[in-house]
Amino acid sequence: MAVQIVVQLGWLVVSLVAASVLVFTVTNILPGDVAEVILGTSATPEALETLRHQLGLDQPGWMRYLQWVGGMLHSDFGTSLLSHSAVGPLIVQKLAVSGPLALTSAVLALALALPLGVLAGVNYRCPAGTLISVVSLVGIAVPAFWAGLLLATVFAIQLKILPAGGFVDWSANPLAAARALVLPSLALGLVQAAVLTRYIRSAIVEVQREDFIRTARAKGLTRWQALHHHGFRYAAIPVVTILGVQLTGLLVGAVVIENVFVLPGLGRLLFQSVGNRDLIVVQDLVMLLTAVVLVVNFVVDLSYRLLDPRIRSTA
Amino acid sequence: MRRRTPPTLLIGGFLVALVIVTALTSAVWTPTDPTHVEVSARLKGPTPTYLLGTDQLGRDELSRIMAGARNTLLIGIVTVLIAIGVGVPLGGIAALYRGRLEDATMRFSDVLLAFPAILLAIMFAAVFQPSTVTAMAAIGIALVPVFARVVRGAGLQVMQQDYVTVTRTYGGGNGWIFIRHLLPNVSSVLIVQATVAFAVAILAEAALSYLGLGTPPPTPSWGRMLSESQTFLDQAPLLAFWPGVSIALTVLGFNLLGDGLRDLLDPKLVERLPAQG
Repeated sequence: MAVQIVVQLGWLVVSLVAASVLVFTVTNILPGDVAEVILGTSATPEALETLRHQLGLDQPGWMRYLQWVGGMLHSDFGTSLLSHSAVGPLIVQKLAVSGPLALTSAVLALALALPLGVLAGVNYRCPAGTLISVVSLVGIAVPAFWAGLLLATVFAIQLKILPAGGFVDWSANPLAAARALVLPSLALGLVQAAVLTRYIRSAIVEVQREDFIRTARAKGLTRWQALHHHGFRYAAIPVVTILGVQLTGLLVGAVVIENVFVLPGLGRLLFQSVGNRDLIVVQDLVMLLTAVVLVVNFVVDLSYRLLDPRIRSTA
Repeated sequence: MRRRTPPTLLIGGFLVALVIVTALTSAVWTPTDPTHVEVSARLKGPTPTYLLGTDQLGRDELSRIMAGARNTLLIGIVTVLIAIGVGVPLGGIAALYRGRLEDATMRFSDVLLAFPAILLAIMFAAVFQPSTVTAMAAIGIALVPVFARVVRGAGLQVMQQDYVTVTRTYGGGNGWIFIRHLLPNVSSVLIVQATVAFAVAILAEAALSYLGLGTPPPTPSWGRMLSESQTFLDQAPLLAFWPGVSIALTVLGFNLLGDGLRDLLDPKLVERLPAQG
């Protein structure tokens, strides 16, 4: 088991390096450089040269890559070309919005999907199970940003009980800040819940076909008892695996939803940086989000080794 | 024994057919020109002339929805073709050559899998200019690992079959085995995956167009129509309804079609082969 963890950890590092090379290569692929973007087309060659030197753009690519990665490891994320402020603190500041948004959406999605998915799975031949299944299938097809627009139309514009967008800082008015996150979290959480419900449902349906559940039932346990004692842990394996994918969906959803509700989070920052061609911020944010996905997948991989004794012993 | 057609296949097939017919029709006919601006008729509710009303520039909403279907299908087809074009050979190489090459391709696809389609597309849009092409390329690349994994998984099973050994004995090379044995055996899994990938691509492109990083104006796109409707939610809430319904129904159609095809074609076919042979 310890060897397995070390091997997996090694692969995590390799993947992180590969991802960083990929991000760096794509963002530095164009011949035109940021000095031209900053100074515009009318800049003199001398001014361009000076700025390139200041920004370190006259150094070879591999050196700039090493400086970028080395900086990130020391929590130095570089300086935004537009605002001239350090990117690291900027990211921390935006996390105060994106963090709670992602967390409440995830909690909401789990709180809805767990009972609904189990219910639909256990009663998969009954009308109730079919109904949940159909609703979740429709839910998956709904883009989160459209759900956000619909929620804003109903609750902000028609009923006027929640804000349609914007954000007040937590320190200024915590209640207003929380209220601003209600509709975005709902939009994101509901759509995520639909996806998760389907996975949980099919995991529960699958586990009921297993021999050990049939044996447990033959021994006289009720369906719920059999599932409770033997089934849920087994059904958790595919569900835990999918939680990694879910997190990716959540991050991406947050990027889009923050723009629907004009929330000053990481997604909005990413979007604005793209508009301003502030490539260092784009590079940092994409790398950060990718790193989160890779680390979560690593944790997920380890956790299902703990959940499934067979993987633990054979792998 | 004749198997019952799965209901998901029927409903999904119907929805997808509806989108295809709408898209094809819009190429030759729409109620009015979808890009025709009629400022005097802006933000109208549904009328006999404008069945779904008009947008902020007085353009016919129905015509724009119809033309948007064409854009959506085009993007779906191109992205899936990119993903298949790169992913299938990668997965095939992994299954055929095994060893270091397999490790390398699969690790590469794992890393790529960590990049969500939209994130990759946003990065592309930042570096190159936002356009339909960059969006399709980014989403297509992001979907490559899905196909690489599926083909490798199924391919590994095919490689263990006796007929592959026989082919090898007679001097058949890897290229021949790939075309003659691997591709036909993974085709049903590929069809199912392609259908699901289509739905993913449509959702991703809609989000990108909503952010203004996908299809640029004046080409009607459902995602951007939603973004444009946001300013007028209080005056014309229905404008935020039709494009969303179109996206949702299309995605639902492809998802259901994928589910139905999986039931019908049964991807486990490859696993059952030893019992048959």
